[in-house]
Amino acid sequence: MMFRKIIIIYFFLFSSLQSNEASVELIEIYKNLRCLICQGQSIADSNSDFASTIKLVVQDQVKEGKTQKEIYDFLVSKYGEWIVYQPALSKSNFLLWFLPYLVLVLGGLIIFFITRKSKHNKD
Amino acid sequence: MKINFFKIITFIFVIFFLSIFWLGLNKDNNYSTKSLTGSRISNFQIPSIHNDNLISEGYLKQNEFTLINFFASWCAPCRVEHKYLIKLARKNKNIKIIGINFKDKKSNALNFLNKLGDPYDFVAKDPDGKSSVIFGVYGIPESILINKDLIIIKKIIGPIDQKQFDEILKLTQ
Repeated sequence: MMFRKIIIIYFFLFSSLQSNEASVELIEIYKNLRCLICQGQSIADSNSDFASTIKLVVQDQVKEGKTQKEIYDFLVSKYGEWIVYQPALSKSNFLLWFLPYLVLVLGGLIIFFITRKSKHNKD
Repeated sequence: MKINFFKIITFIFVIFFLSIFWLGLNKDNNYSTKSLTGSRISNFQIPSIHNDNLISEGYLKQNEFTLINFFASWCAPCRVEHKYLIKLARKNKNIKIIGINFKDKKSNALNFLNKLGDPYDFVAKDPDGKSSVIFGVYGIPESILINKDLIIIKKIIGPIDQKQFDEILKLTQ
């Protein structure tokens, strides 16, 4: 009798842990997807009709054992790069990727020249 | 004359950021999947609203052109565009029209077609909207014109109007 109880408790504990892992992965995917008909909301944040449909599709694909990349690739092929918050590097968006580094280098140069100039002035 | 390096860099920065803001303000921010024209649709099987028959790629390959129209009885703009679908079915024999009933009750969808007329060669059902994701649909009404190689020739987001109706006729003749 005791053994049966332990088995039942173990089963419920294990299944709830497993479902938590799955829901964490689902939420991670939803957060990386943009709700196309909402203003600045992710699929995770939105309760719109579109978001609920995409959630169902993602749930199905996770159940089928597809990886996150496969799910994103599928949705990009259907809706374009705009649906993912982190688009792949391409000709049209290279500035988005490299602008922060460019600004960092230029900012560094400006600071360097200003400090050098003020040093010269002091001397 | 000594060139002030700092002033030049600041000037370049200002011009650069003003150009980015100008480009950003002039860009159309409304999302559209029209850019997916030219891509191929594949891997779908959708059941008929009437029985267990399925529609798949094989059926669409038999037609010179197919217009896939997503509609629902609860969608007011679908009622507006319906007369153009009826006209299209009558006027152009090169084109088959497939209706995909989106997130709707079967009885309401059938009432809608009985009342307004049925322009469709096949009516499929998509009660949870999952099949529509295969076609990149994000709201209805939406229509996709494809050729027999299943390549998207035109995507119409929103109701079909006279201008789009003429364009479909031109593309399919």
